[in-house]
Amino acid sequence: MARAKKMVEKISELMWKPEKIRNMGIVAHIDHGKTTLSDNLLAGAGMISEELAGQQLYLDFDEQEQERGITINAANVSMVHEYKGEEYLINLIDTPGHVDFGGDVTRAMRAVDGVIVVVDAVEGVMPQTETVLRQALRENVKPVLFVNKVDRLIKELELTAEQMQERLVKVITEVNKLIKSMRPEKYKEWMLKVEEGSVAFGSALYKWAVSVPAMKETGVGFKEVYEYIKAGNVKELSKKSPLHRVVLDMVIKHMPSPIEAQKERIQVIWKGDLNSDIGKAMTNCDPKGPVALMITKIVADPHAGEVAVGRLFSGTLKAGMELNIVDRRTKNRIQTVGLYMGPRRVEVSEVPAGNIVAVVGLRDAVAGSTCTNLDEFVPFESIKHYSEPVVTMAIEAKNPRDLPKLIEVLRKLAKEDTTLHVTLNEETGEHLISGMGELHLEVKVEKIRRDYGLEVITSPPIVVFRETVTSTSPIVEGKSPNKHNRFYIVVEPLPEEVIKKFKEGEVDMKMDKKERRRILQEAGLSKEEAAGVQEYMEGNVFCDVTKGIQYLNETMELILEGFREAVRAGPLAREPLMGVKVKLVDCKLHEDAVHRGPAQVIPAVRSAIFAAMLQANPTLLEPYQKVFITVPQDMLGNVTREIQGRRGQILEMRTEGDMVTVVAKAPVKEMFGFAGSIRSATAGKAIWSVEHAGFEPVPQGLMEEFVMEVRKRKGLKLEIPKPEDFVG
Amino acid sequence: MLTFVGLGLWDERDVSFKGYEAVKKADKVYVEFYTSILMGTSIKKLSSFFGKEIKLLERKDLEEESWKIVEEALKLNVVILTPGDPMVATTHSALKLEAEKKGVKTSIIHGASIVSAVCGLTGLHNYRFGKSATVSHPYKGKVSITPIEIIERNWSIDAHTLLYLDLHPKPMSINEALEILLKIKDIKDSFAVGIARAGSSNPIVKCNRIGKLLHENFGKPLHILVVLAKTLHFMEFECLRKFANAPDELEKLVN
Repeated sequence: MARAKKMVEKISELMWKPEKIRNMGIVAHIDHGKTTLSDNLLAGAGMISEELAGQQLYLDFDEQEQERGITINAANVSMVHEYKGEEYLINLIDTPGHVDFGGDVTRAMRAVDGVIVVVDAVEGVMPQTETVLRQALRENVKPVLFVNKVDRLIKELELTAEQMQERLVKVITEVNKLIKSMRPEKYKEWMLKVEEGSVAFGSALYKWAVSVPAMKETGVGFKEVYEYIKAGNVKELSKKSPLHRVVLDMVIKHMPSPIEAQKERIQVIWKGDLNSDIGKAMTNCDPKGPVALMITKIVADPHAGEVAVGRLFSGTLKAGMELNIVDRRTKNRIQTVGLYMGPRRVEVSEVPAGNIVAVVGLRDAVAGSTCTNLDEFVPFESIKHYSEPVVTMAIEAKNPRDLPKLIEVLRKLAKEDTTLHVTLNEETGEHLISGMGELHLEVKVEKIRRDYGLEVITSPPIVVFRETVTSTSPIVEGKSPNKHNRFYIVVEPLPEEVIKKFKEGEVDMKMDKKERRRILQEAGLSKEEAAGVQEYMEGNVFCDVTKGIQYLNETMELILEGFREAVRAGPLAREPLMGVKVKLVDCKLHEDAVHRGPAQVIPAVRSAIFAAMLQANPTLLEPYQKVFITVPQDMLGNVTREIQGRRGQILEMRTEGDMVTVVAKAPVKEMFGFAGSIRSATAGKAIWSVEHAGFEPVPQGLMEEFVMEVRKRKGLKLEIPKPEDFVG
Repeated sequence: MLTFVGLGLWDERDVSFKGYEAVKKADKVYVEFYTSILMGTSIKKLSSFFGKEIKLLERKDLEEESWKIVEEALKLNVVILTPGDPMVATTHSALKLEAEKKGVKTSIIHGASIVSAVCGLTGLHNYRFGKSATVSHPYKGKVSITPIEIIERNWSIDAHTLLYLDLHPKPMSINEALEILLKIKDIKDSFAVGIARAGSSNPIVKCNRIGKLLHENFGKPLHILVVLAKTLHFMEFECLRKFANAPDELEKLVN
């Protein structure tokens, strides 16, 4: 207890010295040892007992996480490390590696300034490594590299010292290649260099690591590592060159402090005026400036209720302060502020800029919210997710009396995790949860059962299709119910490139108009379309190409509301739209505002879009996954059979020793239950992972079948709608 | 056959004698209260006054599902009762057109309208009104700027502006309407006339600067508003002095 108390004191002191703070994350492909590394770093820094670390999976504090042996929630911890006689405060956010939890990774990236990229020495850079590293680089987060499980090279693959070095160089080269392609302007500064110590090698499990600078102090280099491992004396190795010291030294030396980082990061993550007072305060990480807090996660705390965790870019947080939750347009009062140590939140009296902070009282904040004490504030750019929900499950309470509680719990979960979409249908009583994958939803359902003690019944997972068009529609006239307003709409396929520009944040609706027009024109929109883009929503765009129509300006919000309704549920099967460009080519409005209100405009626009889509060769898109399966060679046949039976396509096969890695692509719809099948097909010997591979059109021959399947499930008429059903 | 019958301004007895006869002869009688409301009556009172069952139509029945009424009017003699004068709110012209296109004979029996009642109550000259507009409740916090644009355009041709006040979800008061207008533009010093409960036995008519009217109590709905032109005819001024308790300083608008 005394030690814990002392630690809190140290942390409270260091949090005021931003130059002594490092906010970092750890990212990796699944099973490359990220959580073990976090635990052993914590243990080494004296935050948990050394014996327990590695088995305890301290960061995996959710019961479920421990059972499943994977990390689900990005948790936050603070620890203290001494480097060259000075103490430093390291705020660590652990992030999940499984593809189904991509939202947590992206959000965590916003709060940190540097990441340790963990790569398994045997497996090398894997697809998920690339994805998470890309996310980090896109957010201007600086990477360092830890090559893990180096002992396996010697013990399992029996490589010679030279072969081992070759391997390691290959990993470094691959990571450097990514840095160069994503941040060419930073490459000189960020390139990983073994000599400078921005790369460390070791074993997170056996708690040893080496790097060139550490070698100079400890005398332990590759030759020594090789010998220790050959002799089976890792304990000695860990004593001479301990993991936490080598890795945390690397973090402190190579990752920027908030002061250095914010100078450059603010302009990447914030689009306001950098020369304004708040812009300057954030760039300077000023604790006396106005409050600028970005919430990255909402954590349910059994005692305090909901705790909002985020990065404080400027100002100082104290209990009692009233903050404006910009994106929610409300104000909440702070009850307490604190820091995280593992699952424990420690309350402190105030927390200054540069830290990762835990706040109680921000009831309305969600993951991604911007909070400030100013009245006007440009919100932080919304965090970009590179994956959209693809799987849905219906959920109901076993006991109808629990329904209100279930609704409350679902709302709460959706707030904690913005990649989880909850659709409540008061009329049918059918509640849907949609997420990133089968596992993502299973985990949430288990959470409802366990943490909230609710018995629920769920449907088998269902894939979420997207509706799209493959040709240009004629001009369709949509009339308002009172017939006094008319909207003329054309829909056509939206160029892939345009979607990419929006998704990757190269264009958004807040940026300079001219610049946006230029980029969108380059991406394939006509000049008029590019200038008239009013909204981007989930891979669809609305363009106003009309000229000089009176009152259109104040009607636009309602028109867009109609567009949004259409995007949320399209005409074929009420599935969301994707890749559709909607153009308003003309409209006639009533003179008076009440005759062109929401009840008139929204349905008119929505129906016109529907009727237009039905005349533009509509079809369904379905989500695909890339699957990576590593098995002993003699089981290859079982794997290919399993893939081909699921409309899958084998893209690549790589052999390594007696193992083979199959890279394949298959529709998510066919991938349900894959975990069980592949286990029994390979006697549990397959190591596999998946990543999202975007959407592709369903085979022409299956389109109608799939549409009917969805319509039947949703209780819709069992026929493909006709344009006349929407405009008559 | 489809007949639109205007109910006039206040209660069941504002209907014209022709309108009364049309209802008496009808096979089916409907009433709608979404373009306006008759504050002095109810469906029950209407039914017992006409001695007929009267069904209330929602917006949906007259818009999305208007074909049902048209179909019925092909066979039966259908009357739709509307507050005021049937075609002033413009909405029903669509139904009339649709019915005629389908071969249904239609006619209108007019009722008193607020448009003319305002002239009567205030003494303002009908000839001096410009475009009118509705002050609507903000949608998702957004206020329509149309009313202010119209007021300004009318000022530019020295005309009064008649402002209808939104009814949904609840009838807007003059005070609310003025607050909404002031959010768009500071016109506190301009003159306006507030009228409450036109057609009843206790209407209120008050003329003053908008900043002053803002704090007046006009009582129960319905309310309506006129923003005055930049000048007044001397007769208009005298009427406002007499009927709307206008302040002395209003005289400077007379040219």
